[in-house]
Amino acid sequence: MKCLVAKTYENVLISEGVYKLSIKGKFNVKPGQFFMLKVGEKEPLLPRPISVYDVDDEKISFLYQTVGGGTKLLSKLKENDELQIMGPLGNGFDIEKIKGKIAVVSGGIGIAPLIYLIKKLRDCDIDLYAGFKAVDYSVDSVEKYVNKINLSTESGKIGHKGYITDLIVPQKYEVVICCGPEIMMKKVISMCNDAKVPVYVSMESHMACGIGACLVCTCKTKAGNKRTCKDGPVFDGKDLMFNDILEVGSTATKEMI
Amino acid sequence: MNKVELCGVSLKNPVIAASGTFGFGEEYKEYFDIGRLGGISGKGLTINEKQGNNGIRVYESRGGMMNSVGLQNPGIEKFINVELKEMLKHNTAIIANVGGSSIEDYMAAIERLNNEPIDILELNISCPNVLCGGMAFGIKSGVAYDMVREVKSICKKPLMVKLSPNAEDIVDMAYKCCEAGADALSLVNTFKGMAVDIHKRKPIFNNIYAGVSGPAIKPMALRMVHEVCKAVNVPVVGMGGISSFEDAIEFIMVGAQAVGVGTANFIKPDICIDIIEGIESYMIKEGIKDLSEIRGII
Repeated sequence: MKCLVAKTYENVLISEGVYKLSIKGKFNVKPGQFFMLKVGEKEPLLPRPISVYDVDDEKISFLYQTVGGGTKLLSKLKENDELQIMGPLGNGFDIEKIKGKIAVVSGGIGIAPLIYLIKKLRDCDIDLYAGFKAVDYSVDSVEKYVNKINLSTESGKIGHKGYITDLIVPQKYEVVICCGPEIMMKKVISMCNDAKVPVYVSMESHMACGIGACLVCTCKTKAGNKRTCKDGPVFDGKDLMFNDILEVGSTATKEMI
Repeated sequence: MNKVELCGVSLKNPVIAASGTFGFGEEYKEYFDIGRLGGISGKGLTINEKQGNNGIRVYESRGGMMNSVGLQNPGIEKFINVELKEMLKHNTAIIANVGGSSIEDYMAAIERLNNEPIDILELNISCPNVLCGGMAFGIKSGVAYDMVREVKSICKKPLMVKLSPNAEDIVDMAYKCCEAGADALSLVNTFKGMAVDIHKRKPIFNNIYAGVSGPAIKPMALRMVHEVCKAVNVPVVGMGGISSFEDAIEFIMVGAQAVGVGTANFIKPDICIDIIEGIESYMIKEGIKDLSEIRGII
């Protein structure tokens, strides 16, 4: 793990308010890990945790939605612009534990870490369930890695009209992987727990240090408080407790993203 | 060249990682050699383990941040058996920061730490995030006086009292703590602040109030350190928004013996090293042989 100043490879708008930022350099990253990104010396003060979307020999890519001050600043980066990057951080997915027939379930920008995971999984038969508010993005990049892509939008314009959780039948799978809004992950975990199917989720949280020292990104588990940044962001769904939904990304706290 | 002494403990430089922002050092060792720090003030400890506060714990405010962690910590026993052992490997001064919600809690924690190889005990009477959690003792000088006196009567380590900027009168508070036996003072802890979610029409934090830190508080912190350094004879560790070597020098010029770096650790994990090296080059450039030449000149 390092904290260094890196250069932007490219930063492209891929859907309304959603950008793909690529940074020059060679990085060794596990799917599900994240980096703390910070542009400039001044505001916003704290770096922003962004999960890894793709890695190749010359660059690392991140998918992010412009929500608050930090991500808006990221969206202004141009080729060769510098930014501070720190990582890879967090545990990432244990891909050895993910085998057989699996369902990958995403909600909105939660698809970002799952795309890289899908590309890295071996010996898996994958069905992707991707829910979006209005339009889908980035799912086509994994077409060749998956069996079936199930889409949903709230408007019904693309795919199923409603929520992606309407479409999942956990019993059909050996493992379920999920990343999205907390309310959706809660629903998926509860469905999987009922069906006794293992479920791994990648949690999101507002962070400060990103390395496990400050204890602001607490995630409640049956074994007590865990640090989303260091003990997570990937957790076993059966260990999590959701009685304290933090609503990351809600209107009031969006400036933290 | 920039060695300093803090109540009988020799620090290799005046930069201390501030309590609550640095864990017990473990997480930062991948980013730099912790042994280069003047000292580490560990995460605030209580006699028993604490899970901390529910709800949102961090919120960024202009020029700073707010936190409501609520003294989450492993408890003294686990600290002694696990975290302290790791801290001792780093060859830097170890400051154990102790909080509590009653005088009995504080006394029990200090008794347990008395025979452990820590260098300085930092008495946290200033955490704004726990009901009666320290800060209750840090508002009224009379209450703090009684507390410090009791603690001092059993404390075998140099005793540094960490003051809250929310004290009714910071100078009187500092004076009373010294009168009660404090060997050093550290200030400031976070300012009590708040933020409102206008859509939910509710406070952001479950506890309503939270602690404000970062560059935004530096001018007020500097003023308080200045006032306190003029009023007391014990060494003062100055902190509050320090993010650069220039900030650190300002605190030393108003009288601080050493400085604490807190929120800035989140901005850049090895910022303490930048500050240590910055102070060194400043001293060379300005022909300063010892920090005492500029300490308290204002």
